[in-house]
Amino acid sequence: MQTKRTIFGNRWLPYLLLAPQLAVTVIFFLWPAGQAVWQSFLREDAFGLKTSFVGLSNYTRLFDNAEYINALKVTLVFSVSTAALALISSLLLALALDRTIRSSRVYTTLLVWPYAVAPAIAGVLWWFIFNPTIGIMPYLLERVGYDWNHALQKGDAMALVIIAAAWKQISYNFLFFVAGLQSIPASMREAAAIDGAGPVKRFWTITLPLLSPTTFFLLVVNVVYTMFDTFAVIDATTGGGPAQATMILVYKVYDDGFIGLNLGSSAAQSVILMGIVIALTIIQFRYVERRVTY
Amino acid sequence: MVENHRWLDVLAHLTLILGVVIVAFPVYIAVVASTHEPADFVSGLIPLLPGDNAVATYASVLEGGVSSQMSVPILTMLKNSLIMAVLIAVGKIVISVLSAYAIVYFRFPFRQLAFWMIFVTLMLPVEVRIVPTFQVVADLGMLNSYAGLTIPLIASATATFLFRQVFLTIPDELMEAARIDGAGPMKFFRDILLPLSRTNIAALFVILFIYGWNQYLWPILITTDAGFYTIVAGIKRMADVVDSEPLWNYIMATAVLAMLPPVIVVIAMQRLFVKGLVETEK
Repeated sequence: MQTKRTIFGNRWLPYLLLAPQLAVTVIFFLWPAGQAVWQSFLREDAFGLKTSFVGLSNYTRLFDNAEYINALKVTLVFSVSTAALALISSLLLALALDRTIRSSRVYTTLLVWPYAVAPAIAGVLWWFIFNPTIGIMPYLLERVGYDWNHALQKGDAMALVIIAAAWKQISYNFLFFVAGLQSIPASMREAAAIDGAGPVKRFWTITLPLLSPTTFFLLVVNVVYTMFDTFAVIDATTGGGPAQATMILVYKVYDDGFIGLNLGSSAAQSVILMGIVIALTIIQFRYVERRVTY
Repeated sequence: MVENHRWLDVLAHLTLILGVVIVAFPVYIAVVASTHEPADFVSGLIPLLPGDNAVATYASVLEGGVSSQMSVPILTMLKNSLIMAVLIAVGKIVISVLSAYAIVYFRFPFRQLAFWMIFVTLMLPVEVRIVPTFQVVADLGMLNSYAGLTIPLIASATATFLFRQVFLTIPDELMEAARIDGAGPMKFFRDILLPLSRTNIAALFVILFIYGWNQYLWPILITTDAGFYTIVAGIKRMADVVDSEPLWNYIMATAVLAMLPPVIVVIAMQRLFVKGLVETEK
């Protein structure tokens, strides 16, 4: 690990400087994570009087449980759809911005502010727009013969949370795509244009391949976002319903732990999620290392 | 531009305008809704043009005059959110800048271990360890307090890495010169490192303020006493009224008030915001 060529020689000062960060880390991160691992091997009886060690049974039960398998599928559909919607729409906007020169600052300002809106608020806003009795979208959909009701129909509920989650993420992706586009040398596109490649061909053969590091980075960030930060979107709109149609993994940990009070199962789910985050973080950091050496 | 395609420029502007409209649409609807009377939401379609009830709505929301739906004035929630956001942002910056300083400028046993312990926090978002973390905070008696709202969230690997990067780019000669002039480690830190990292600190503050303001799950768990509700977490409790249609104009007024401070921060400090966003992802 990198250090300075010259350093301060002081025995206790570095520990003192690190103490606050490490104290918070141990008390509120490592200890609870260890607890989750430990509790995932235990089961409480119905009255909470006796706790017994059950080995891996909490895990095996999860994978036999139709609700958990459903939550895995829901999370996959939700993550992929939200990431795709947010990435494609922000790429379109970034490409459009790349063509405008004079007005780009104004457009950027008008497009980045949703980053600051809390996921919970984004959920409430779209929930209002899609309200089955008075919302504007169901009204318009009825005109074309579609009867929208996210409180009853599974597909509608999923569409609602995807739209709300993607809306909030567009500004973030947009900023990184704009930066990615600006780092593509103009000479490459000019050379291709001289060789007779039109705008569409240039996009597929030059812009998109050269954007792939940015796209891959954003894909990882978006998956992390949809898996963990969208808890608030779900809680503020559908609450996992109807009939578990929007029950993503993170929401199920909360639901089973705090509402169902099934601590062993909730802990086992926590441990699985930790495994997923660790995998995603490793992917992200390996990739960032490569990006630095480009 | 490479070549001049009039239709492409037009298409670009149309795409951007459409994007701006879609992005702004939900907020426009919310602002419009907050200017109407509750009776306008009973049936039919939500109003699409501003009404004339804005002053009355915002006044009663801020003071908590809407008895059936709000036990706490929004003003109290705004104050709690502000306290929480500032404490989290300042707390994260302080503890991260100190630990980055220790890691870069000192060599000591277990340095590697300390670095990895900080790194691991990246992999443990609060959402995946909700129940045990809640138990720890409850055991420490920190429920319904600002300490409980903020301290468990202030460990930060991202901020520590950011400051580590910044410190590594600061020339070694500065420190040698400071040492020759007789400056000790804390004097060097205060008089040279901190002023040199000023813009990084400001950029990070913008990002962390938004992060702290927008916290949702944690405040919901930690606060049961209405006096500690934050506005982002409180809005759900308002919308969840049993057996009656929600009072939409008040909910939307609250939503507008909840997003206003962070949105203003982003627009007013766009440059710092973008810098912070890009840096924290390195």
